[in-house]
Amino acid sequence: MNQYETVFILNPVLSDDQVRETVDKFTGLLKGTGAEIINVEKWGLKKLAYLIDKKKSGFYQLVEFKAPATAIAPMEVEMRRDERVMRFLTVRLDKHGVEYAAKRRSKVANK
Amino acid sequence: MSTIESTNAAAPSGEVRYLQPIAIDTNNKKKYCRFKKYGIKHIDHKDPEFLLRFLNEQGKILPRRLTGTSLKYQRKLSQAVKRARHLGLMPYVADNLK
Repeated sequence: MNQYETVFILNPVLSDDQVRETVDKFTGLLKGTGAEIINVEKWGLKKLAYLIDKKKSGFYQLVEFKAPATAIAPMEVEMRRDERVMRFLTVRLDKHGVEYAAKRRSKVANK
Repeated sequence: MSTIESTNAAAPSGEVRYLQPIAIDTNNKKKYCRFKKYGIKHIDHKDPEFLLRFLNEQGKILPRRLTGTSLKYQRKLSQAVKRARHLGLMPYVADNLK
C-alpha cells in the first residue's frame, strides 16, 4: 500500500453540486479498489497560469490516499474519459513526501 | 593610497607604467544549498510561492551556478516546477513573473 496524492482540475462551468458529485465519484471509485482515503481538500475556483482548453480558471481538488499500485491505472483511465476533469496529476509519495504531507495536513487543520 | 598611486609612486619617473587591474572581488559570499542548510527534504509541487524563488522573470528555472543548490535537490526542484506547470499553478513562459 503506497501513499499517493492526486490533484485534479474540474471545468469551471460546473455547478457546485456537479463538482461535489464528480469528487464523490472518484473517491468512491478509489474506495471500491481497496484504497483508504486520508484527506480530501477543496481548493475551490482558482485562476490558471495559462489557458487550459480555453478556460481561464478551474476547480482544484486534492485527494490523498493509500492504495495498492493496481488501483491507480483504472482511476486515471476514468479521469481521462470524464470530460469534466480538465487535468489531473497523480504522484506517489516517498517517505519524505508522506512526512511533509502529514505536517501540511496538521498545519491546514489547525489554521 | 589606492593601488594605482602606489605603483606609480614606486616606479622611477619616465618609465612607462601599465595600469594593473585592481583586484575587485565582486561578492565573495559563499553560496550554499538552502535545502541542505534548512533541512528541507521534500519540495512540494503544490505551493507556487516557494517555487517562484527559483525562477527568473520569464518563468525559467534558475541554474545551479546562480542558486547554489546541490544536484540532488536541483533535480527534485526541477521536477516539482514541471509538475506545478502541468497543473497550471505556474506558467511555462511569463514576461513579468516577479
